[in-house]
Amino acid sequence: MTPQPVIHVAGCRKTYGATVAVDDVSFDVEPGEIFGLIGPNGAGKTTTMECVEGLRVPDRGTISVLGLDPFRDVYTLQERIGVQLQQAQLQKRIKVWEAVDLWTSLYRRPATDSNRLLEQLGLTEKRDAWFMNLSGGQKQRLFIALALVNDPEVVFLDELTTGLDPQARRAIWDLVRGIRERGKTVFLTTHLMEEAERLCDRVAIIEHGRIVAIDTPERLVARHCPERTVLLATADPEAGERFRAIPRVDSVAGHSGRFTIRGRGDDLVTDVIHCLSENRIRVTEFRTVLPTLEDVFLTLTGHSIRD
Amino acid sequence: MSAIMRGLWKLTWLEIKIFMREPLGAIGTIVVPVVAFVILGRVAALPSSRASSNMIQVALPVFAAILIALSAVLSLVTIISIYREGGILKRLRATPLRPPTILTAHVVVKLLLTAVTLVLMMLAGKRYYPMDVKVPVVSFAIALLISTWSILSIGFVIASLVPTARFAQPVGAVIMYPMVALSGLFAPIDAMPAALQVVARLTPLTYAVSLLRGIWKGDAWSAHLGDVAALVAVFAVCTAISSRVFRWE
Repeated sequence: MTPQPVIHVAGCRKTYGATVAVDDVSFDVEPGEIFGLIGPNGAGKTTTMECVEGLRVPDRGTISVLGLDPFRDVYTLQERIGVQLQQAQLQKRIKVWEAVDLWTSLYRRPATDSNRLLEQLGLTEKRDAWFMNLSGGQKQRLFIALALVNDPEVVFLDELTTGLDPQARRAIWDLVRGIRERGKTVFLTTHLMEEAERLCDRVAIIEHGRIVAIDTPERLVARHCPERTVLLATADPEAGERFRAIPRVDSVAGHSGRFTIRGRGDDLVTDVIHCLSENRIRVTEFRTVLPTLEDVFLTLTGHSIRD
Repeated sequence: MSAIMRGLWKLTWLEIKIFMREPLGAIGTIVVPVVAFVILGRVAALPSSRASSNMIQVALPVFAAILIALSAVLSLVTIISIYREGGILKRLRATPLRPPTILTAHVVVKLLLTAVTLVLMMLAGKRYYPMDVKVPVVSFAIALLISTWSILSIGFVIASLVPTARFAQPVGAVIMYPMVALSGLFAPIDAMPAALQVVARLTPLTYAVSLLRGIWKGDAWSAHLGDVAALVAVFAVCTAISSRVFRWE
């Protein structure tokens, strides 16, 4: 028997006036996974997430979270979920410990020790600092802390690392992996493909309010972007000819001893290595380039996510 | 129930602390009205001034009380719109806090502030105000709290109307100050043109002024049940409106 999904969304549609924000969106989030809703700004990520959190009512479709209706059972559900909202702020002059203290007092069973929580998120030194004086990374860590005070079963993270520098972003990724390791389910949105690829067990790609693909990042890449590229450098004058003779190779480009070999399928790399070894070709450089979710997005939508 | 009360108490106490941390927060709302009240009183009492004793004894203190209430309302409108713009309201709503609790905390903070300012004004008045005025202090304080509470509900309607925090103060002032002019505080309503009289009688501040002035002069509460009823009605209507039009984001 397969376990009940933690989140079940079927045929969800939400319009704002004449604008269709989300249309016929369906997906399941399984227990213990990090599930990412990815797509460009304005694709409908936040609207979908806020419907699941019970902050918005969809015009059509059914949503259940932990077996509950997020809108009707919102107060029961809030005890069991933790949320971080996109672009939310706190009172400018609220202190870090005061925010955690308030949040802790609001839940019936705050299972977490708030001092330990602050320590885990690296905020112990900042406990007396005002919210307005925190850095972007510290603010986001505080929001994660607030999302965790009630020891929730599901954690919602909306554009968690937007606006952070790469170092702060990596630190946040480690924290999110830590949340999963504690057995919780994570549902996040991001427009950063690298983030989705590094963090998510499964992703749903959303565009213009519709989901265009759902799977693990690896399988999405394998299905939609089977191209593989090998970059290498060699002084062997015959190398170009040899590479072109490999069956799975589509194209070989090279000048002054540097080659770009393109083909499809996972076996391409092995084939190239075989060819090198059979012909005793000495290489001074060898690198493979795999397509990323970024390429998957381009293939599926016809445009880059950055446009 | 206990969780709701605990949340309300925590949030209220927190909002008081946060308010006291604002630069000028405490000084602007508490000290300035008190000082202005004392100075105006002394100026009016100068021999060269032609202010009547009614002016010094009744109009000025009641005017000061109305200003306390108005500053509470304008400050409420500003805070609510800043909280909305910053996503703070939305963030608080995504907790087990019930929406009315979040808003009630702000009302309680403003009422406490009003009470503190009033007490300070009474104390300052005892020492520095030019005329010794005998006033039923407790009744007047209750009258002011009822008035402020009622007018604060208008604040929530205004807070729903203002598009951004930048407009909160001006929009609030444009709506509230004309009400002061029509409230009968400076010119008796009976002396106004007929059309203005109608407007004045529809203005909530008119009933606040009538109640405050009456209690200040020593009238019995029974003489002002109509005013209290009008203020309660204003609260009921405005709360009903804001529960429909209030925007959380």
